[in-house]
Amino acid sequence: MVRRTPAAVPDASAAGGGASPLLPPTEPPAAVPGAPAAPPRWEAVGLSQAEYAAVCRLLLRAPGDVELGLFGAMWSEHCSYKSSRAFLGRFPTEAPQVLVGPGENAGVLDLGEGHAVALRMESHNHPSAVEPFQGAATGVGGILRDIFTMGARPVALLDGLRFGDPVVARARHLAGGVVEGIAHYGNCVGVPTVGGEAGFDPAYADNPLVNVMCVGFLRREHLQRGAAPGPGNALLLVGNRTGRDGIHGASLLASRTFAEKPEEMRPAVQVGDPFVGKLLLEACLELASSGLLRGMNDLGAAGITSAATETASRAGTGVELDLDAVPCREPGMNAYEILLSESQERMLLVAAPADLPAILAVCRRYGLSAARIGTVVPDGRMRVRFRGEVVADVPVEALTRRAPRYRRPARRPESPRPWSPPSGGGGLDQSGGADLAGEDGGRVLLDLLAAPTLAAKGWIYRQYDHQVQTNTVVPPGAGDAAVLRHRPTGRGIALALDMGGGACALDPYGGGALLVAEGARNVACVGARPWGLTNCLNFASPEDPAVLGAFVRTIDGMAAACRRLGIPVTGGNVSFYNETAGQGIPPTPAVGMLGVLPDPGRARRAAFPADGLAIYGLGPLTRARLDASAYQRLRWGVCAGVPLRPDWGVEGALLGLLASHDHLACAHDCSDGGLAVALAECALLASDGVGAHIALPARPGQRLDAVLFGEGPGRVVVAVPPEHGPALEADCAQRGLACRRLGATTADGVLAVSAGGRPVCTLQLARVRADWEEALPRWLR
Amino acid sequence: MVVFPGSNCDADAAWAWERATGGAAELVWHERDELGGADVVVLPGGFAHGDYLRCGALCRFSPVMAAVRAAAAAGRAVLGICNGFQILCEAGLLPGALARNQDMRFHCHDVHVRVERVDTAWTLACAAGQVLRLPIAHGEGRFHLPSADLASLLAAGGAVFRYCDAGGRRRAESNPNGSLDDIAGIASPGGNVVGLMPHPERAAEALLGGEDGVVILRSALRWAMAREGDARG
Repeated sequence: MVRRTPAAVPDASAAGGGASPLLPPTEPPAAVPGAPAAPPRWEAVGLSQAEYAAVCRLLLRAPGDVELGLFGAMWSEHCSYKSSRAFLGRFPTEAPQVLVGPGENAGVLDLGEGHAVALRMESHNHPSAVEPFQGAATGVGGILRDIFTMGARPVALLDGLRFGDPVVARARHLAGGVVEGIAHYGNCVGVPTVGGEAGFDPAYADNPLVNVMCVGFLRREHLQRGAAPGPGNALLLVGNRTGRDGIHGASLLASRTFAEKPEEMRPAVQVGDPFVGKLLLEACLELASSGLLRGMNDLGAAGITSAATETASRAGTGVELDLDAVPCREPGMNAYEILLSESQERMLLVAAPADLPAILAVCRRYGLSAARIGTVVPDGRMRVRFRGEVVADVPVEALTRRAPRYRRPARRPESPRPWSPPSGGGGLDQSGGADLAGEDGGRVLLDLLAAPTLAAKGWIYRQYDHQVQTNTVVPPGAGDAAVLRHRPTGRGIALALDMGGGACALDPYGGGALLVAEGARNVACVGARPWGLTNCLNFASPEDPAVLGAFVRTIDGMAAACRRLGIPVTGGNVSFYNETAGQGIPPTPAVGMLGVLPDPGRARRAAFPADGLAIYGLGPLTRARLDASAYQRLRWGVCAGVPLRPDWGVEGALLGLLASHDHLACAHDCSDGGLAVALAECALLASDGVGAHIALPARPGQRLDAVLFGEGPGRVVVAVPPEHGPALEADCAQRGLACRRLGATTADGVLAVSAGGRPVCTLQLARVRADWEEALPRWLR
Repeated sequence: MVVFPGSNCDADAAWAWERATGGAAELVWHERDELGGADVVVLPGGFAHGDYLRCGALCRFSPVMAAVRAAAAAGRAVLGICNGFQILCEAGLLPGALARNQDMRFHCHDVHVRVERVDTAWTLACAAGQVLRLPIAHGEGRFHLPSADLASLLAAGGAVFRYCDAGGRRRAESNPNGSLDDIAGIASPGGNVVGLMPHPERAAEALLGGEDGVVILRSALRWAMAREGDARG
């Protein structure tokens, strides 16, 4: 018998009618301990009145309080993707190497010889804004579980971070807390953090972004599914005990915009325990390879509810849960709390009853609590018993596949408007929109290198253990992508995480395409072929037609790029409602690119490795604009104009060349800060004493600042031993790729740059290096 | 290789040992009370028991520690790396303690250490004064000891590794964590038990950026073979 509250029960005609929304109940629900009691009842669980009516229609009655909580969580934006699902199908997801595509806990790509790699990216933006240390730490814990749920051993973590301007104390507090939280979890659990990106911009002051990506290796035969097949099989809850933390994390924290005081949401943030996370990881991997499991799913957002219904939904079965069997951290927890708790470090295992003793023995060895909390049933329902009563009895599909899907109104973004440097003012030197004089080029270069977004990130990644597991061949900061060695096949795995910048705000379609192209170029720079990508789409409220319009165009741009470059999307995550007091973040997609290279020992780094090398620029070097550039932001404090879009002929030729050309001693993608910054970075990463003398080409009439700092896609700088220069030129010519000698590396420790024949700067690299490395710690220490 | 709950460098240490020495490595769970007659014992790095109390503090209650003590007393080569060093100190097999790094932050990067003694089980194959480039990865590696105890440690030649620059000179900026007297690793009076904060197992392959850790691992092999020779002789 379902415990009913005196809520209005709809009449049958309305229930079947579909179009006419049901009237809301007029009486407030009876108080249930622990359940929020503010009327109307749908608001307390984050549903709209229309959604509440839809629940009533699906059940042919009003839901009980516990049932309503289930719908609130499972129909939240965070769990149901109700505003985004209609568009996510536009990504290309099929390719011969894709073993598991979107819809599972992680995507899986074939590596050959019976081996595979799992990858996934997820956001933990809202919790990190409320409590940066635990928010980021539990983000790492959650993404690790998504990977080992697949039967894969997590081998690498990457993080995409956005904070406000570090001039503001809150941005420093959030940045410091997030970095410490990531270090706390990742270091302890023994998974190296090998890469990522960190950017600083006032637009993220109230809504920092914390996107975490994890990659895992597995043998194909150990692949697990998040499914609960076979009626009669047992459901086991393993790991931490269930407590009162994180209730409403999915429905109220992650699926709404912030009011003025995010700290009031602190109780909805979970607390991570990396030690238990490590034990759970080892136990689950041991079980995955034992063949004893029929299914496995982690408990993340919406806790037991989500894990039980999603596994049942994937298998087309139902579940019966006995909440009295759930090990609780504190006495007196009610059904609502147990079902929706987001306590960390818990897994749901599905196994035949006969195999339980063996499974329990493994859990016991790792000191993990394990309890049989339910059974797979054939009738497609989720039935929940607690203290002798049935507190919920609803169709699994009503919670999962029948969740609302919206095609909210979307307004197509306007075409970006041309921009030209203003005639008056000018933040840098009061010279308005005038071009730089030659000697100012060096000063601007130093300013750009000391800007928090472009400065060296050693302060961040030196706090992360990036070597544990002894597979890290190219560590963070050394190359355009991190490179791991994959011991069983001897291949290298390249990993790059990129987040969209100003171009995504001005031209969502072009920005999305640029981002995918940049990720592909990054793994190509180290010598890999792009093999697949995961993504995370960070946006403001989808209820704003302009935001949703930009979201849709971003997806279209990314999808077009994936098709052009032949890169499948293995899954991803959408984070909406990154908005505080009406102020939303600009569109910020993130791409986690995975590439494969035949020999990790030949992976390229970005640093000029020696003196006496010939430096070349590949691609259309003078195809660059100040629009949406780091220089534009630094000098005029704006992000405006028409960013260039990728030229697919150039991008394809670059990927082909970089993956196959043998003579390149280093390679570095040209992105924020343009050619001058890219070349300076190659020199700054080099050993003491190595210098570079460079002459940049200019179009007739091209502004000097556009030559130095203009930004445009499809440009890569490389160095080769001079005797191999002709071979490089010939290879490029054959591919129709522009290739131009820019200069040489030297032994004088000096970066000397001229542009269009005019001298620009002569800098002592040792001093520049000190400023570049100290810039970030000066802000964040 | 002793595995505590939360150890996370056990597989790395086993891999490096087998590559560097050709010997077989076995992982031993902390609940076992014997080491299967191992000639060499390594307590690898990690976060045993989560390091929630004090780093390494809870491990001395593990059944395996009696066997580790017995191996140490019998003169077998015992090495504690990072968290393993902290465990050896907490268990009283080595003096001192490892406190929070001076700047309160976790450090993961390469350092240089100078080999101060070459008659220990873990430095036999080194040259005196040899400078090794090794990675560190710890938040609590600041070696500390009351001054009287430090004097007796030094008098007994207990300081085996000291932080230095690439040229072997001790400099303030070469000490990453504020360790007393630049100490990166110490030895028992008999020289068979050594603890150090840097990770030699992470510097055992050129592909990963360095091989300076190999000489440390091979030292223990030589120590074990010499003991075997003595026993036969």
